[in-house]
Amino acid sequence: MNVTDTGARAAEAPRRSFLRRSIAHLEGPQTMGSGGAFWVVIGLAVLAAALYPAFADAWTVGNAAYFMVWTFMAMGLSLIWGYAGALSFGQTAFFGLAGYAYGVLTINIGSAYGFTIIALLLSVGLAGIFALVIGYFMFYGRISGVFVGIVTLSVTLVFETFMAQTAGPQWRIGSARLNGFNGMSGMPPLTIPWPGGELVLYPGPSLYYVLLALVVICYLGLRILLNSGFGNVLVAIRENPHRAEMLGYDIRLYQMLAFGLGGALAGLSGALYTAWGQYITPSSMGLTSAALPIIWVAVGGRRDITATLFGTLLVLTVFQTLTIYGSQYALVAMGALLLVTVLVAPQGLVVLAMKGIGKLVGRGRS
Amino acid sequence: MLFETVFATIYQFGDAFAFLVIACAGLAVIFGMMGVINLAHGEFIMCGAYVTAASARAGLPLPLAILCGALVAGLVGMVVERLVVRHLYHRPLDSIIATWGLSLIATQGVLIVLGSTMAGIGTPLGAIEIGDRSYSLYRLVLMGTSIALLVGLYILFYRTRFGVIARATIQKPQMARALGVDTGRMYGLTFGLGAALAGLAGGLYAPTMTMVPTMGVTFMVESFVTVVVGGPDIFVGAAPAAAILAAIRAALTAWYGQLFGQIGLLIAVIVVIRILPGGLSGWIKGRTR
Repeated sequence: MNVTDTGARAAEAPRRSFLRRSIAHLEGPQTMGSGGAFWVVIGLAVLAAALYPAFADAWTVGNAAYFMVWTFMAMGLSLIWGYAGALSFGQTAFFGLAGYAYGVLTINIGSAYGFTIIALLLSVGLAGIFALVIGYFMFYGRISGVFVGIVTLSVTLVFETFMAQTAGPQWRIGSARLNGFNGMSGMPPLTIPWPGGELVLYPGPSLYYVLLALVVICYLGLRILLNSGFGNVLVAIRENPHRAEMLGYDIRLYQMLAFGLGGALAGLSGALYTAWGQYITPSSMGLTSAALPIIWVAVGGRRDITATLFGTLLVLTVFQTLTIYGSQYALVAMGALLLVTVLVAPQGLVVLAMKGIGKLVGRGRS
Repeated sequence: MLFETVFATIYQFGDAFAFLVIACAGLAVIFGMMGVINLAHGEFIMCGAYVTAASARAGLPLPLAILCGALVAGLVGMVVERLVVRHLYHRPLDSIIATWGLSLIATQGVLIVLGSTMAGIGTPLGAIEIGDRSYSLYRLVLMGTSIALLVGLYILFYRTRFGVIARATIQKPQMARALGVDTGRMYGLTFGLGAALAGLAGGLYAPTMTMVPTMGVTFMVESFVTVVVGGPDIFVGAAPAAAILAAIRAALTAWYGQLFGQIGLLIAVIVVIRILPGGLSGWIKGRTR
């Protein structure tokens, strides 16, 4: 649909500056927001986020880092659900798998020589491979629609049940006790080997900056991916699988790859979460935990990665504020929020707001 | 000795079969007839169980109490259909999410209002001794109930006027409307029936379980798996799916314990969707056609 557009862009490219050309990769029909004004706003947001630790105490900064930990899982879900059209309820399965893998690896091997980074990568890879396997069975079995949701939800619930019963001393991998319902704890936080002493990333400014950098990298990377041929095919599959197939795309492969990537992103959240709080419990894979990513992404706007990112941070903030008055009430409020969003604004609240701002700005110009 | 072993095996199988059929009936009716996956299924089960326990403790005989539970769950289901699900028929994925929102509200709401547990009711009917093992008589009743349920649903949907109109509404809504069927009312009734069946499941299993707000989750995996393996046509698929899965679960539970029964179910479902994408009903239909 935008062949002429990209063609024109390619012909024009040599005349543009390097900055313009690199931004061109980040913009396209599959993501909202384009043009100088948008990127200035994003840049200012990143700048504000970077300056934030200077004005806040260490606890608040660690808390903000906690929010950012979740955004990867949300962006992965947006990719699978919003862009590829396959609603996964079981992102928490990959989250938990990677979280436990990080714990088992680091407890057994320790944190010397930057091994925590390797453990992080290994756990993310493990989650991604597991997602590919599940995705292979689902998409090559040609199930779609609601069945994807049921299978993924069953996977995460069975994981939770399994981990919750590993209480006995016989459930250990190496020196790591799985510890059943109470979960694992005592794994080392992320440690970066640094000239002149290792940099241990406890929740606080240092971890905050690493996470901020990761969020920005993931966000920009996903924008490039979604506006590439791969992303366009994903959207084509979402809009009409049969048509996409008739056009010659192996939709099973595309869906499986998207699912694998989404699973790996959920795994990244899981491993980072374990490193952040130095614990992980089976309830992080339970029904309630599995519902939360759906709420963030649905409320933000599943079909846009920017809306998902900001929606997630927004909903997490609101959720935590409500939790002060009682976490049970907060969950009721989250359920109601989800219900209202689906009934009243199925596109997502942040998408609505972004479109509204876009219209206002457009009107102001004309 | 042989008789005892055979009976023990059949009992294990029958228990698993009854659980799968009773747990999935409500979900299967709503999904098979309306294409909506009701993620609040577990909460309707919880509702049925709570009402049953409350009315049984208030002095109602257990069968009546169970009917009460089913009835209340059904009424709640009709209200939910009217307020929420009705607006989402053309967006099946969104209807899942909306019912999930409901499920969160219901679980946490019950937790806030009624506390983290409720006094349960004991398992009635005692036990019978065969050989040196004892078997719960109530579970044998449940096995009979599950078969009665299957027969009853078959008669309801294939031998009554309601069933004909309901199936007509599902297959060709416009045509049914043109012939004077109030399709909106039929959808409401069907959803209510599904919710009532979920409530019935809760009521039937209430005497065997601890009453906690999250008790519905116990039923979720089993009922989902049965519906997926059964495939889109639930009347053809659900019973054989439950039978096969029950055999798998009973065998694994007997050899390795409860948990491996559940994991076995999950692996079975993942393999089945790879080999038989249309589920059992798709496969059976393909053969008979």
